[in-house]
Parts: sequence; structure tokens; C-alpha cells
Amino acid sequence: MTRITVTVDGTRYTDDVEPRTLLVQYLRDRLGKVGTVVGCDTGNCGACTVHLDGRSVKSCQLLAVQTDGHEVTTIEGLANGATLHPMQEAFRDCHALQCGFCTPGMIMQAVDLVTENPHPTEAEVREGLEGNLCRCTGYHNIVKAVQQGAGAMSGGQS
Amino acid sequence: MTVVDDRPATEVGSPRRRKEDARLIVGRTRWTDNLTLPGMLHLAMVRSPYAHARITSVDADAARQAPNVVAVLTGEDVKDIQGGLPCAWPITPDQKAPTHPSIAVDRVAFAGEIVAVVIARSPGEARDAAELVDVEYDELPAALELKAAAADQTLAHPDLGTNTSAVWTFDSGAAGTGGDVEAAISAARDGGIVIEREYRQQRLIPAFMEPRSFVCDPTGEQLTIWSSTQVPHFVRIFTAAVLGIPESKIRVIAPDVGGGFGGKLQFTPEEVITVLAARHTGKPCKYTETRSESLVSAHHGRDQWQKLTLAATADGHVTGLKVELLADMGAYLGLVTPGVPILGAFMFNAIYTFPAYHFTCRNVFTNKTWTDAYRGAGRPEATYAIERLMDELAVEVGVDPLEIRERNWIRHEQFPFTSVCGLEYDSGNYEAATARAKELFGYDDLRAEQARRRASNDPVQLGIGVSTFTEMCGLAPSRVLGSLSYAAGGWEAASVRMLPTGKVEVVTGTSPHGQGHETAWSQIVADRLGVPFEDVEVLHGDTQVAHKGLDTYGSRSLVVGAEAVIRAADKVIEKARVVAAHLLEASVEDIDFANGSFTVRGTDSAQAMAEVVWAAFSAHNLPDGFEPNLDSEATFDPVSFSFPHGTHLCAMEVDTETGQTTMRKYVAVDDIGTIVNPLIVHGQVHGGIVQGVAQALWEEAVYDDAGTLVSGSLVDYTIPSSADTISLTVDQTTSPSTTNTLGTKGVGEAGAIASTPAVVNAIVDAVRHLGVNDIRMPCTPERVWTAIRGASGSGGPSTAAAASHLGAGAPNHDPDSGAATQGGAQ
Repeated sequence: MTRITVTVDGTRYTDDVEPRTLLVQYLRDRLGKVGTVVGCDTGNCGACTVHLDGRSVKSCQLLAVQTDGHEVTTIEGLANGATLHPMQEAFRDCHALQCGFCTPGMIMQAVDLVTENPHPTEAEVREGLEGNLCRCTGYHNIVKAVQQGAGAMSGGQS
Repeated sequence: MTVVDDRPATEVGSPRRRKEDARLIVGRTRWTDNLTLPGMLHLAMVRSPYAHARITSVDADAARQAPNVVAVLTGEDVKDIQGGLPCAWPITPDQKAPTHPSIAVDRVAFAGEIVAVVIARSPGEARDAAELVDVEYDELPAALELKAAAADQTLAHPDLGTNTSAVWTFDSGAAGTGGDVEAAISAARDGGIVIEREYRQQRLIPAFMEPRSFVCDPTGEQLTIWSSTQVPHFVRIFTAAVLGIPESKIRVIAPDVGGGFGGKLQFTPEEVITVLAARHTGKPCKYTETRSESLVSAHHGRDQWQKLTLAATADGHVTGLKVELLADMGAYLGLVTPGVPILGAFMFNAIYTFPAYHFTCRNVFTNKTWTDAYRGAGRPEATYAIERLMDELAVEVGVDPLEIRERNWIRHEQFPFTSVCGLEYDSGNYEAATARAKELFGYDDLRAEQARRRASNDPVQLGIGVSTFTEMCGLAPSRVLGSLSYAAGGWEAASVRMLPTGKVEVVTGTSPHGQGHETAWSQIVADRLGVPFEDVEVLHGDTQVAHKGLDTYGSRSLVVGAEAVIRAADKVIEKARVVAAHLLEASVEDIDFANGSFTVRGTDSAQAMAEVVWAAFSAHNLPDGFEPNLDSEATFDPVSFSFPHGTHLCAMEVDTETGQTTMRKYVAVDDIGTIVNPLIVHGQVHGGIVQGVAQALWEEAVYDDAGTLVSGSLVDYTIPSSADTISLTVDQTTSPSTTNTLGTKGVGEAGAIASTPAVVNAIVDAVRHLGVNDIRMPCTPERVWTAIRGASGSGGPSTAAAASHLGAGAPNHDPDSGAATQGGAQ
């Protein structure tokens, strides 16, 4: 067991974890952050995407011990209280989700993408989301939502 | 209080943002795997690495000694209590099928079959211990390649004596619904056109995003099962039937379910094993599969060879179609495995007025993962075959592919139209959908560009693909299902409960997993009862809440399930009308109901629905003998299938030097009758199209020659990403259905049914002038490149060549048997 202290969605947690524990297992099984989900074993689907110190990571590709002393944001910590993040609003407004299983990872990746590139073209959105798979939407409305969300994040100037 | 009424005039037709999303976008979700119960134990499966083998011993001692392992169950341990997994659709009285144990006892029939389960305190400990289970196998020859299996070269189940499970035939001459197809073919061989083709429907994997998860809690009076399933009601019935537990002692809950596409229309070994483990240990047990387990053990889809003969007059009027299928069942028959090809049997004639038709399907066992429903189930296969053939016919006749379709399709004034299969298509307008699609596509401009590129010998050629599809969905009239030997009916149930505070609970027997029923049903009920959209709560997916239902698949939920909701709501109104008449001191016949208000005809007297609901609740002043209850139930059994249709046009660019294909434009104009929520409809169409495109371009479940699934992870099973796809142009024309109240038609499968042939037709169209007339799916750059290099002018318009070209070497044809096995089963 290894002791880690990690801040998740604004709360500091200290836990003893098995060194082999994946970050996503720690989030789900220890902290109850079940909004973040596991979709594959190989880092392909991106459903488990969270932010580590503000940048997107696939939480099935990191060990919990690697986040010791760092800050993690999950989909559950993205909204500001009752106020949704503009990207969450955009996903709902554009019907960018159906079953919703990929959605947490997709939104976290979209936020990261727009943080890096505030005014992405459609092609840039498509490239930027390549590591996040969705089986329901055909991506059409996701791409639309990310561009709408990008506009909202930069104060409506898209 | 001031209330601003900003509601749309009618909810139906309004692009309401989904109710479901408020939770899903913030991660407030209830996937089965989220569930943790006190003392919960976790399961890990031990699976066979062999496609076909005798189990000679299972040594679980080391696993039982591993840390925090509570128990290990083998086939031997449960053979007397596990029963056999059910097939609900024996398509013929003499259908052959092996028993299907949840845990294999003495023989495994596909790689991935479960041979033992470890039950431990954590998932990690269970998985560690599963590695310690020592299973000795005596490997047996495996039946892998479909055609070789059909010839019984190797038996998948030696005890059956054959790999053929069943042969099912429909013949329009015999059925009296059309002419004799052999006569039509003979006639066409003399001066007409005969097109003979063989197409391959590759094996696909539904690959829903949420891996399957099952929890069973045995600690209450009822056994409670949480399942990531499309069919909680089926799971309840089959858990009772297979394990001998009274149905009344079983509660099944499908909480949030992350996609299905038919892949969760199943009653699975993993479900049975989770129940067995929970009963064995007396503790709640959970099993959540890994992605690689999901790809190898959740059922696969498609996997057919299609041998097709189309007869036509010299000017391209089709006179007959003969379809001979081989369908790969895989190792076992799942819930509706044998019926999947039969769901396509009546759709090869599609939108056309063919006078003669014959269909035969041979269902064949192999030692591979079993197949079953995958989005469209039988109808994508049929649509692919006929839409590819119609393009070939256009080439033979020398006319545009849309022109050849128009010569053969049902004209709008011919509806209702009885097809050569005896199905009555209630409504449609193929001319209107096609005209709109051509306009949005810029058809003539793209044809002109195609001609320019051909003339200039551009290395990147342009192709245009057409798919004018229809399908039968809205499963289904119970009597029709009965006539096809399906075990269950096709009705759906609903109830509407009027709460004293004016809120409305709608209980539906459908079980959504992404389709947005909570939103759409709320819109429908809001209109019906004149209550705000927000005041309607839709409950589903728990057999203790929605005790009666037949769940969600086959594009049935709106056309069957919502019709039951409408009828239940109408019964509420009829009951309330009696109370309103009493309160208004008028006769029931004089009471009108509109916009949530009961009025006495010709007067200003009115009672709001909420007032009537309260009166029924308080029961202080009701008509004599009136039961104080407005709640109502309805069960709706459709009289007909639903027949959505549409015209899909696809432009593909093909780099003739590399074989790389790029989608340039995709236009879909669907006629799905009345639209409840255009936002949801567009989403369904987008997703369906991309799944169909994925079959055309990328996806294939590939086995090696030992029967190992080599596309067993999302690295190798290439479902598309955002970077692989383009934005789509989607629009609708509307011919309301005449078989339900709102005039709706199914939409869930339409895109996946339509798009596959549109894409392949476009690719072939781009390179046809180079001598290519077919490319086998998925049309990878390698296959496209090989087709171009392999073509030597043999694919041009030549009646003689077309009538006799079923030789080795043509792209979609089975090479000689040696080459087929050399390449492994495809």
C-alpha cells in the first residue's frame, strides 16, 4: 500500500492504495466518483477522461499513485455549483449525447481542446476528439456542440 | 402567481432538449457498474482460449486458496442447476440446436466461452485468482469458415451430425403473393437481363460503449438483478424459466444503460452466472466485463453470404429476384439468432414492385461467438443486396441508378401497396424523398464533376452512391410473430398515473438506453393531457415499476410503446370526463376536452384537468358508483409493421493510386412519418448512418485459422472516431403512417440500414470505369487498391459476362475452398 494525497473536484483526499490501482479505479471505487466510467482496457475509448492539473488524461492510463500531490477534476467537478460549464450546456443544447456513457470523457476532452485552441475549426475539433469514441451520435452533434461550447467559453465570440 | 406560458403550440414536433441530459452531462449516472452493496462480491470469468475442445479437467484448488476468494464455480459444480440458455425463435419445427450451458461442462464450442467463475471480495482479487484456474483441454477440429461449415467439412457440434440448424424458405409463387421466380429467370435469360452476384456481409460487433455489467442481490424477499440490458422483462422471464425461480420472486432493473444496438437484446451466460454466484454465496455479486471480454463474448452481428439472382427485362424492369443465404449462427442460438435473417426475408424486394420473389436461408453453426441482433437485424443485409443489385442493373441498362429505381419503385399513388411478400406498406412517397435528396446533394453538379475527373484521368476519382431503402420495423404484430414461430408477442404496455398535485407519471414497458423516451413520451403526454412537459415523469426499466412490457429493439418503442402511452392517456381523459361532467352538472356527452380543460359544449363552464384530478383524489364529490381513480393502463398490439423509407446519397472520393477513400458528402432524406422530436430524430439518423458507414469502410470481426478473435480490442476492432467521419446533411419528408394515432414510423435502425450500400455503391461507382464492379466490405484501402489492380476490364456492362461471372477471383466470391481456409474465417 502506498499513501497518496490528491485533490479531486476541490476536496483533498488521503488514502492508502495498492500501487497497481488505476486512477479510474481509485476515483470510482474509493471516492465514489462514478460519473467517470471505464469503456475499454486499452486507452482507446476515452470514456474515463479527466483533467490532471487542468489537462486531459485518460484515467485508465494512469496509476493513482502518479496523482499524489496533484489536482484531478472529473465531470462531477466541472460545473460551478448549479451553473453548468458552457461545454455541458452546449452538449445538452446540441443533443450531443444519446446513451451518455462517453459523455463525461467527451466533455472533459472537449474542454481541454478548447482551452488549448479557443477557436477550433471543424477539422481541428474532429482531430482533437479522435481519442474519444462514441457509438451513438455519429459525432455530428458532438462536433457542433464543441464549436458552440468554444464560442460560449470565449464569451460568445466564436 | 404569474405564469408565463412559453410552451410550443404542440409539444409533438418541437425540438425539446432532452430531460435525460441534465443528469448525464454532470456525471450523475446510474450505470450498473456504479452499484455497490454491503458485502458485495465480485466475479471474474475463466474463458476458453480454444474454439472447440473437450474439457478434460478443471483444477481450481489454487484459485480457491488465493487471497479473499470466496468460491470458484465450474461447469461440473452447476451442471444440474444452471439449465440451458434459451432461444426464443425456433424458425422451423425441425430446427437443430445444441444445449447452451452458461458454464461449459465438458466441451467448449467457441473461444471465449466461460468454463469457470471466481467469486472474490474485489474485482482485482477475482481476476488474479482466475489466472490460477488450471483447465486442461483436448483440442478438437473447429468449424470456422461459413461455406466450409455449410458443407459439413468439420462439425461445430459433432452430436448434431450436421452444421445446418435450419433451412427457411419463402416463395411468392407458393405463398400466392407473386409469380414463379424460376420462370422469370428463364424468361430473362432469353433476351432480358440476368444479374448474378454473391455478396458478403462481414461479421460485425455491436460494440456499445458501456461494457455489460450485472449485479444480483439475493438478500431480499425478491431476488433483485440489475442488468445493462435492453430487455429487463425478458431477463425476468428467462431467469425464472432457466433457473426455476418463480417469476414473482424476481425483480429486474435496467438502470442507465449505455447503448445496445441489439447487442444488449440478449439473455446471457453472465447474467445466469451472476445469479448463481449470488445464490451460492448469499451475498450481492457483481460482474462487469472488460472490453476484450465484451468483444469476444457479447453476441456478434451480420455474417452472411448472399447469393442473388435478379431477372429483368432489357429495359430494366425487374421481373424476379431469387435470394439464397448462408447465415452464420456462431456456436449457439441466442435469443433471436435464427430469426435475424428472417427479419430480412421480406425486405429484399424493398421499395420495388417485383412480381416474383424467392428467399431461402440456411442457418449454419460454426465454432465462433454466436450472432444475434445488431442494429437493423436482417434488414441491412437485405437492403445492401438489393441496392447493390439495382446499381448493377442500371449499368446493364445504361441508365442512371436513380432512373432504374424509378422504373421499379412503388409510385406514391399506389399506397397502400401489398408487396410480393404479402406485406401491406401503408404509406410512402419515394419520389418526394428522392427529389429532396437530389436537391440537397447537388446531384447533377456532382455527376458533372465525376465526368470531368474521369475525362481528365484524375488519380482521385469521384463516385456517387444511391440507397433508396425501406424497412419493416416496429416489432411487431403478435399474430405475425406467432406465424413466424417466435415465442413471444409484440405488444407494448403503458400506464398513466395522475398524482394529486397535478403531476403525471407515465410507466412504459419500453426500456430506453439512449433513445430519449423520457423526453419524447413527455411531449406526447403533455399534448394529450394538456399538462406542462415538465410535469410528466416517465418511469421505465424496473419490473416492479413497469411490470409489463416487451422492451426496446426493432425500432418499436415509439410506434408500439408510445401508442400504448397515448391509449392509456386517452383512458384517463375518458374517466376524467365523467368526473368533469358531474362537477359541471352536465351530461358526459356534452363535455369537450382540449388543452387540459373540460368544457360544457356551448357554455363557458370549465374544469381544469388538475381540478378533476384533485376531485378524484379527494373523492368527496364523485358520481355514484365512480371508482375514485383516474389512473389507466393500455396494452397496444400493432396491426402492422412500420415502413419508414428514405433516399440516401453518398459521394466518395477514391485515390486510385493508394486505395484510400474519403467521404465527400452524405445526404439522407428519410420519411419516418410524423416526427415527435426533430432533435432526437436527427440524432438517431446520424448515429445510424455512421454505424452503417462503419460496416462499409472499417469494421470486421476477424478470426484467425485457430478460431481466435483477432479483432478483440478497440485497437483492432476499428469503430470510427470523429476524425474518420464528416458532418451529414439530414432532412425529412413526411407521409404519416396510417397504422397509429400520431402517424409515426420507426427511426432507430433506418440510418444503419440505408447507409452501407450507399457508401459501397459510391466507391464502386468511382472506379467502375477501371473495370471494378464489386469490392468486399469493409472497403479498406488495401481492398480498394487490390480491386483496382486486379480489375482488367471485366466489370463493364456486358450482359453475357454478368450472367456467367460467378467464377473464382471475383472480389466478393468465395475463392476456392483452399484459399478460403488459408485466409481464415472472415
